[in-house]
Amino acid sequence: MIIGALLPLALFLFPLWKITLEAPQYPTPLGMYIYINDFADANPHDIKNINIMNHYVGMKYIPEAIPEFKIFPIGIIITSIIGLIIGIWGNHKWFLAWFIMMVALSCAGLYDFYLWEHDYGNDLDPKAIMKFTNPDGTIMGFQPPLFGSKDILNFTAHSYPQLGAYFLGLGMLASFLAYFKGKKERKIEQ
Amino acid sequence: MKHILTRFFGITFAVLLITGCNNSNSQSNGALGSSAAEKVYVAPGEQDDFYAFLSGGYSGNLTVYGLPSGRMFKEIPVFSQFPTSGYGYSEETKPLLNTSFGFVPWDDLHHPDISQTNGELDGRWIFVNGNNTPRIARIDLSTFETSEIIEVPNCAGNHSSSYVTENTEYVVAGTRFAVPVPQRDMSIKDKKGNFKGALTFYKVDPETGRMSLAFQVLMPGFDYDKAHPGRGNSHGWFFFTTYNTEEANTLLEVNASQNDKDFIAAVNWKKIEEFVANGGGTKMPTSYMHNVYDEETHTATSTTINEVLTVDPADVAGAIYFLPTPKSPHGCDVDPSGEYIVGSGKLSADVTVHSFTKMMDAIENEKFSADAYGIPVLDFEAINAGSVKSGGLGPLHTEFDANGNAYTTFFISSEVVKWKLGTWEVLDRKPTFYSVGHLMIPGGNSRKPFGKYVVAMNKITKDRYLPTGPELEHSAQLYDISGEKMELLSDFPTHGEPHYAAGCPAELLAPKSTKIYKLEENKHKYVTPTPGDARVERNGNEVHVYMAMIRSHFTPDNIEGIKVGDKVFFHITNHEQDFDVPHGFAMIGANNSEVLIMPGQTKTLTWEPKRVGVWPFYCTDFCSALHQEMQGYIRVSPSNSNIELSWSLGE
Repeated sequence: MIIGALLPLALFLFPLWKITLEAPQYPTPLGMYIYINDFADANPHDIKNINIMNHYVGMKYIPEAIPEFKIFPIGIIITSIIGLIIGIWGNHKWFLAWFIMMVALSCAGLYDFYLWEHDYGNDLDPKAIMKFTNPDGTIMGFQPPLFGSKDILNFTAHSYPQLGAYFLGLGMLASFLAYFKGKKERKIEQ
Repeated sequence: MKHILTRFFGITFAVLLITGCNNSNSQSNGALGSSAAEKVYVAPGEQDDFYAFLSGGYSGNLTVYGLPSGRMFKEIPVFSQFPTSGYGYSEETKPLLNTSFGFVPWDDLHHPDISQTNGELDGRWIFVNGNNTPRIARIDLSTFETSEIIEVPNCAGNHSSSYVTENTEYVVAGTRFAVPVPQRDMSIKDKKGNFKGALTFYKVDPETGRMSLAFQVLMPGFDYDKAHPGRGNSHGWFFFTTYNTEEANTLLEVNASQNDKDFIAAVNWKKIEEFVANGGGTKMPTSYMHNVYDEETHTATSTTINEVLTVDPADVAGAIYFLPTPKSPHGCDVDPSGEYIVGSGKLSADVTVHSFTKMMDAIENEKFSADAYGIPVLDFEAINAGSVKSGGLGPLHTEFDANGNAYTTFFISSEVVKWKLGTWEVLDRKPTFYSVGHLMIPGGNSRKPFGKYVVAMNKITKDRYLPTGPELEHSAQLYDISGEKMELLSDFPTHGEPHYAAGCPAELLAPKSTKIYKLEENKHKYVTPTPGDARVERNGNEVHVYMAMIRSHFTPDNIEGIKVGDKVFFHITNHEQDFDVPHGFAMIGANNSEVLIMPGQTKTLTWEPKRVGVWPFYCTDFCSALHQEMQGYIRVSPSNSNIELSWSLGE
């Protein structure tokens, strides 16, 4: 359980997610890493170049910082501390509780990410240089996929979790296993 | 019915047989043709194995090719103005072309040589010489741009240049046209005994590559034609061919061809270096320019230097010897081991090879046959290693592979001859089209040649390509030399007149090639670091426009308050930070050129508006889908108008 509680801290070292944009003119694709507290270039100046591309369709610049960059790290630290306390003093039922809490928080995080992406991809400048419409006449959005790959005009966008997310997942898995192990040991004791 | 069917099959079979035969015929033809084709074919998206830097001769510039494809990648402007990029027109690059004769926007570029460490190519810089108004330039092989140009004082026809020693300690510049040193008003007829041929040694800073004139040896007034450094055991020596040891001053084609032998001058530069370090040499007043381009300020500056340290050969005993070499030798080439010095008597059928070991022995045992102006002439028999009975005519230049073979060009008989070092046996010969001058094997002038290809650079083109009127580009031929016999692979046209060339494996340069200049490291005096810093400032009739450019607009793009008679400096900073997104800038009526600005770079174009009106400028490089929209206006008012300066972008 203690390992499970500590693993999410890897999010401070490794990115959570990565969005990659491929196009013929970019033999080296443009990419952006999402950390719990930062957006970072996959290769130097990628975010600047993504912004230049996106300004043609009226998308806003990727902000230097978003409120989540403050909330997420605090959330990770608090949940890790709770996990540690549980790991040292708690029983297996608490392990399950921590696991459920982490699943819920991760879902909330993903939903928040989706909301941001949606806003980023759809809240377009009305004076955009190029305006595209969907076949049904609605204005085309440029929201990157939450998970997976998607063609957006000349780009293919990929959105996949990174090492940090895997550590988070492993941590959660560890707590879940700890719950079963604890439960089993309890039964044997009885 | 059956009969008909049989017949039908019979015919079909016959047809199959015929076509089958044809197929096998065309395949065998194709196999011959395609093996050469496959060797030079670089599939779309693939890259070449070697870089080749071909001098542009009278274009003044250096061209970059790929081998084996023969595709040209870039023309690097060096000694000539280049409106394509604004080189020599922009305020930043104009100083590079300053000389003691003033601004000289052209030269004749001859002999590229890549820097070396321990006798092997290190791919840091390439040095080239300007023959006409004597200069040496250094090109940075990460940016592929000219970084430095230094003038050669007391020199005329800077031809036995710009070769480097095996650790790039020095780059040399020798004089082809002997002149009075210092220059003075005298009768041309009094040339003999009164002119000098200066051999200049520039020290190269091992970190920055910066050149500084270390010393200049004032040799007798012969014509110093070609040169190459010693390597291995002969490291510390430099060899220069001479012609016109007759010191003729007129009708040289006859008068300079009278002596049966001219010389190769062997110069022990280590000895002279020591002599100079101990306070030897004479400081002579002179004037030459040193122009340096700073990559951080994106700006070149010129400095005048008024003194040169000269060395009289008579003052340094044992530093210089003459090796008699038949028939006005041209090429002077040293094999990868450093033992053999190959002199190609251009009016001869044979190639003469001297031995360094024998040379040292002759010096030690004072086997001298004569002296010339006090410089000992070594006995020919004592130093000669052998000669190649080539069967060709007019040998010019020799390069080497890694297996002890040499390849010599023959101008008159128009061929490349392969021969064996040591046995002097001719192994193969292949025609060139036509009248080959230099040839180049990547690393063929180093301890470590990459003997896969040889490029022959020809002087005469005639019928090799579709005709283009009287003036033709020169032609190069590529041969595969990996086998016992040379195989002609392809022809490709070259730009200007290539003299020498230098080549190296692609992996030496490709990984370190600069992609962009970092905007945050731009220290240009007139940089516009952010669009918010864009502005226009007036200082008397000088107007400085601090302009930024990014896809797909200029900041500012509307400027008012400019007047007839103003001198407007557009200082334009490219704010892109992506590979291969340059922007251009062109102003209607500007009396110079465009400027092409790389990401993160600042360049300055000067414009002197002459007419009242509203005048456009635009981006010349198709940068984006909105490239056509990348334009702006300048309002030019009468000189007495009092319209205030104003500038804007968007609403």
